[in-house]
Amino acid sequence: MIAAVSVTGLVKRFGQAEVLRGIDLEVPAGRVTCLIGPSGSGKSTLLRCLAFLEEATEGAILIGGEPLGFAVTPDGRRTRLPSGRIRAVRSQIGMVFQHFNLWPHMTALGNVSEALKTVRRLGRSEADDRAMAQLRKVGLQNRANLYPSQLSGGQQQRVAIARALALEPKIMLFDEPTSSLDPELTGEVLNVMRALAADGMTMVVVSHEIGFAASVGHQIAFLDHGQLLLRGTPQEVFRKPRHARLDQFLDTYLDRGAAMLL
Amino acid sequence: MTFDLGFIAQHLPEVIEAAGTTLMIWAAGAFCGLALGFLVALGRRYGPAPLAVLLGVIVELLRGTPFLVQLFLLYFGGPFIGLSLDPIPAGVLGLTCYAAAYYSEILRAGFDGVPAGHVEAAACVGFSGWQTIRRIILPEMAVLVMPALVNMTILLLKETAVLSIITVPELTMVTSAIGSESYAFVEALFLLALFYWVMVEICGHLGRFAELRLARTGLVAR
Ligand SMILES: Nc1ncnc2c1ncn2[C@@H]1O[C@H](COP(=O)(O)OP(=O)(O)OP(=O)(O)O)[C@@H](O)[C@H]1O
Ligand SMILES: [Mg+2]
Repeated sequence: MIAAVSVTGLVKRFGQAEVLRGIDLEVPAGRVTCLIGPSGSGKSTLLRCLAFLEEATEGAILIGGEPLGFAVTPDGRRTRLPSGRIRAVRSQIGMVFQHFNLWPHMTALGNVSEALKTVRRLGRSEADDRAMAQLRKVGLQNRANLYPSQLSGGQQQRVAIARALALEPKIMLFDEPTSSLDPELTGEVLNVMRALAADGMTMVVVSHEIGFAASVGHQIAFLDHGQLLLRGTPQEVFRKPRHARLDQFLDTYLDRGAAMLL
Repeated sequence: MTFDLGFIAQHLPEVIEAAGTTLMIWAAGAFCGLALGFLVALGRRYGPAPLAVLLGVIVELLRGTPFLVQLFLLYFGGPFIGLSLDPIPAGVLGLTCYAAAYYSEILRAGFDGVPAGHVEAAACVGFSGWQTIRRIILPEMAVLVMPALVNMTILLLKETAVLSIITVPELTMVTSAIGSESYAFVEALFLLALFYWVMVEICGHLGRFAELRLARTGLVAR
C-alpha cells in the first residue's frame, strides 16, 4: 500500500539555522499520526512543509505517491513542479491552524463555502448546501450566519475544521488545534477530531495533548531538535523504560492525560 | 465697499463649466491615482526586490517635493524629454502620480495589516494569488485603510487648485479671474471656499457611510 504521506531526508534551514535535520516519516492512510516534542523542535515547520506553506531545503515529500512541490531527477537534483501540479497535489491536504485563521469578513457559512465557490466554481446554492452539511458535522448548523468575532474559540476552530473538510481532502493536518483555547473548550474540538479519526480520515496532529495522542493516535512521532527521535505505536513509544529525552519531555507535560502514562 | 454676490449671476455658465473641470480632474486623479497606487503597493509588497526599491524611491521623491514644483517640472520640463502635454492632461497626469504616491503608502500599510495566517489559510484551500487578493486581502484591509483613503481623497480635491498655475481652467483660476474683473475678489474667493467645503463635506459623509457599511460585516467588532 502507498503511504498517504511519505517524507524522506527532509531538511529545512532558515538562513543558518537548521530546523529540520533529515526527517524520514511515513504516514499510513486512514490513521492518526501524532507529532509531539518540545517547543522549538520543529513540529510546526514539518507540518507547514507538508502543507507546502514552507518549502523544504532538501529531501522529498510524496502525497499519495505524488511529489509535492519538487520532483527529484535521477541525478538527485530537485526541480520545481509547475504551479498547476503543485496545486493539484496540495488540494488533497487540509490544514487547521492554532489560531484558527478564519476570515473575519465572512460568516461561518461564508468561510466554509468560499473556496467551493471561488476555487471549485460551484454555484451559490450548491456551495452553501455543502458548507451547511460540513457545519452540521461539527455541530454548528445553527451558528452558520454568525461572524467569527461572534463565536467562541472552540466554535471558531470547529468552523476552521469544517472549512478544510469542505474541499474533501484526503489528509488533514492539525497544528496545535487546541492550544489557544480555554481548557473547557478543548473537549469539543478534540471530539470533532475523534469523530473524524473514527471516520477513517488520515490525520497528522501536532499536539501537546499527550492524552489525546496516546488514546487516538495510531502512530506517535517524537521530534527533538529537528530530528525524529522515536516513532511507533503509543504502546511502543510510551512503554517503560522510555527514551531519556522523551521522559524529560513528558515530565514537563503532566496534564491529566499524560499523568496516567507515568 | 459692499459684500455683493450678485456679480456671479452674469458669469454662471463659466463658473459651472470650471466647477465641472475641477470635479472631472479630481475624479480622474483620484481614480487613476488609486489604481496606480494599488499597483505600486503590490509591486513594493510582493514584487522582486529591484522593482520594490525603484518604486520606493519614486514614492519618496513624490512625497518629498511640493506638488507645485512637480507640476512645473512636468508641464515646463516635460517638453525637454518629448512629453508636451496640454494643461488638462498634464494636470490629470500630475495629480495621478502625486495621488498614487500617497495612496500606495496607505495601501501598503493595509496589506501589512492583514494577518499572514489569513493568507496562508486561503493558500491551503487552493486560492490563487489573485483570488486571495480579491476575496481576502482587499476586503480585510478595506476597513483599515478607508479613513486614510477618504482623507487623502479630500486633500486631493484641494490640491486641484494648484493646477491653476499651469493654466488649467479649473474653478480657482476661473473664479479668481472673474473676481478681479468684477472688482469682487473677496466675494469670489468666499464662493470658491464654500464650493470646496461643500464638496469635502459630501466626500467625508460618503466615506463615513462606506465605513459603516464595512463595519456592519463584523470586521470591526474584533
Ligand atoms: N520563518 C522562520 N524563520 C526563522 N526561524 C524560524 C521560522 N519558523 C520557525 N523558525 C525556527 O525554527 C525552530 C522550530 O520552530 P517550530 O515552530 O517548527 O517549532 P515547534 O516545534 O512547532 O514549537 P512550538 O511547540 O513552540 O510550536 C524554532 O527555533 C524557530 O525559531
Ligand atoms: Mg508550533
